[in-house]
Amino acid sequence: MAEPRACPDCLRRAWLLALLGPYVEKIASGEVGSRSPELLRLGNDDLLAAAAPKVAAQLLGRVEALSEAHFAAELTAAGCWACCRHGDLYPDSLRDAADAPWALVGRGDPGLIDGLEPFGAVTVVGARRATSYGREVARELGRELAAAGMVVVSGLAFGIDGCAHRGAVDAGRTIAVLGCGPDVAYPAAHRSLWRRIGQEGLILSELPPGAAPWRWTFPARNRIMAALAGMTVVVEAAARSGSLITADLAADLGRDLGAVPGPITSRVSAGPNNLLAGGACVVRDAQDVLDAMLGPGMRQIDRRGPALDPRLTEVLTAVEAGESSCDGVAAVLGLSGSDAAAALARLELLGYVTCSTMGLYSRTLLGV
Amino acid sequence: MLATARTFTLDGISARPVRVEVDVHRGLPGFAIVGLPDAAVREARERVRAALVNCGFEFPLRRIVVNLAPASLRKAGPGMDLAIATALLSASGQLEWEALSRVALAGELALDGSTRPIPGALAIAEAAREGGAEAIVVPAENGPEAALAGAIEVVALDSLERLPALAAGEWKPSRPEPLPLRLDAGSDRPDLADLRGQPHLRHALEVAAAGGHSLLMIGPPGAGKSLAAARLPSILPPLDAVEALEVARIASACGRLRGAVPGGRPFRAPHHTISPAGLIGGGSPPRPGEATLAHRGVLFLDELCEFRRDALEALRAPLESGGVAIARAASRRTLPCRFMLVAASNPCPCGRGEADPDCSCAPIAVQRYQGRLSGALADRIDILAVVRQPSAEEIGGAPGEPSAAVRERVAAARERQERRLGPGRCNAEMTPAAARGCALSAEAGALLGELYSRQRLSGRAHDRALRLAQTIADLDGVETIGAEQMAQALALRRRDRG
Repeated sequence: MAEPRACPDCLRRAWLLALLGPYVEKIASGEVGSRSPELLRLGNDDLLAAAAPKVAAQLLGRVEALSEAHFAAELTAAGCWACCRHGDLYPDSLRDAADAPWALVGRGDPGLIDGLEPFGAVTVVGARRATSYGREVARELGRELAAAGMVVVSGLAFGIDGCAHRGAVDAGRTIAVLGCGPDVAYPAAHRSLWRRIGQEGLILSELPPGAAPWRWTFPARNRIMAALAGMTVVVEAAARSGSLITADLAADLGRDLGAVPGPITSRVSAGPNNLLAGGACVVRDAQDVLDAMLGPGMRQIDRRGPALDPRLTEVLTAVEAGESSCDGVAAVLGLSGSDAAAALARLELLGYVTCSTMGLYSRTLLGV
Repeated sequence: MLATARTFTLDGISARPVRVEVDVHRGLPGFAIVGLPDAAVREARERVRAALVNCGFEFPLRRIVVNLAPASLRKAGPGMDLAIATALLSASGQLEWEALSRVALAGELALDGSTRPIPGALAIAEAAREGGAEAIVVPAENGPEAALAGAIEVVALDSLERLPALAAGEWKPSRPEPLPLRLDAGSDRPDLADLRGQPHLRHALEVAAAGGHSLLMIGPPGAGKSLAAARLPSILPPLDAVEALEVARIASACGRLRGAVPGGRPFRAPHHTISPAGLIGGGSPPRPGEATLAHRGVLFLDELCEFRRDALEALRAPLESGGVAIARAASRRTLPCRFMLVAASNPCPCGRGEADPDCSCAPIAVQRYQGRLSGALADRIDILAVVRQPSAEEIGGAPGEPSAAVRERVAAARERQERRLGPGRCNAEMTPAAARGCALSAEAGALLGELYSRQRLSGRAHDRALRLAQTIADLDGVETIGAEQMAQALALRRRDRG
């Protein structure tokens, strides 16, 4: 296996980006479609001239003064490692991009990017404010793609990202690409998930340990997510959403683009529905993703659950029709509260439905 | 001359004996009260002086010292007026009462000498009985309440004027009739028939009532959460005589027992701005809080997420132990509070719920809101019921099953629990060891085992499911928990976050 190794120049770039955080914030932010990927295409001197002309020399001096031993000490203290574009571990898929990060700081298993080919990874992104439908689809996609041997790449954000990671980390390998240092759990509410991915998967960032997130660092990490995987799947996204930036970046790199269809009345399905109208692959389940990436029928997923008796089938149909509460199912089918509860619990155990912590049921992708 | 009388001061919900010593002697005319009196006790001077004069007694123009013993105990409230006045009459030679040392007195005086009711008359009468007093003299209005104490003579005194006649044995008042303890809920309480449709919520209420399980309802505003909670006492089994007396004692101590014992079990719904002391009791001397007022009944916390965190934290230990321990510098009291906890919450700050496309809450706001539901208190909650906006047909439909029918099933289930666990115990109080000893059919065990391994259930969640399943089995009248009961329990249980 290739050793995680990085040359000092590339590491200086990472530390410089962290120092430039607030300066780039001023010039990169604005409308959706941040300028950060264009800015990151620039070399150190041009970037400094563009972002922080007044203190350019000072910042450059500070970064130049950092020694190789300093980098090693900081990385070790944060439990991280680094690899750079001149090393063997650096994924080839990232080299395609003109604005590819010079160095990657990782936390977790470096084996996940060792020899990672674009067709071995899928990026799943979507809205932070997702519906229960979107969450469920993201979790199932993550779980099944990981189970089928794919590396599931996402951004650890609320909503779709977190669900995709959760599904994937249960079943296989997943990479979280962060807009802050890999040792920073952001958002903080995902700390336990962040910890688990750090232990069982991999967390990547182009920023050094301890770097704080800025608005511009999220579009910047999106370009890494888009480049890492052979296909980017948008589960749910509003019409003007950061997830669509990832989709655009992926399309620019010539990667496959997939979108999960949703109700045309749902605000957060407008993004994927637009992508579908523009020719993206329809993603109804993990099989669609595998077919699009590897060719139809190259890898099969068997997703049929155990047989159901008529009562359970009836209840399942009600959940499919949109009843999310036990009360709703009981009322629609005319069941007693106890019968409906028992039926839903059985369906949950069989894997046909899941229940949120708030007690709402939703259908999984498991076929009857 | 010196005279003494016995009275009581209220401390929490119990009464503590106080000896009133009055010394009247030569000197500059004055009236002093010593022995840690609070403001109300100190003001007894003016009430006693006016009451004596207005009843035709003479107020001695001499130096009067009233000592309330034990001197270290803080005395509160106006209930000592009567004892002070009586002892003063005796000390000044205006009242010859040979039995005074064997009698206890408690009551507030009006300026015209008539008596005014006091809080805690029941506890005081009981303390007098325990202390060996032959009779207790209380204000007329408190008579029926004090008579609940049983084996002690109760004299309902309407005015100070009657004292000489009472002392001489010329006036023999009849013993007041004790307040009737209403064990049944009574027809004036709201009935579960008002809850139309919503079969799942009904089922959750029934299971909660049957096993004494705490319940959390989540649903949009106006879906019927408060309506359902207010009807929970009506499906709980009726109070037995001992419990009813406990409830009456607490109501008496809070001065809430005027004229009649409220029927059925208590239902308390404090507002979410309540302080920790208001919720579990506090102050010096300690006063019972909402948790104690809900003893043997239901404590309903509407908008659980809006409650102060420290108030909810304070509720944790009492929930476990069934008693509130209030420790103050001077003393430590334990007030009873065995109640059923029922809470309600909106699914998100705007109330619509994330699944609703109109919900405008930011994800972080929803996360923070729901995070408050997973705090330490929520950990003590067994059942989660999702309440949904009932449809127009349901609201316009036939009334639901009435409380009486549900109560019968609940009472039968409780009876089974008491046979198994001992008197007064219910499934919610089962220890983990007892829960794991439940009789479980092979299929039910397999269901639970599968969930345990699939969803990384915690040990506590495992026991919670077992307790719920046992309650459902008790409701269904079966000895062994079957697959059907286990499945219902798994759907009803509160979900852990993860």
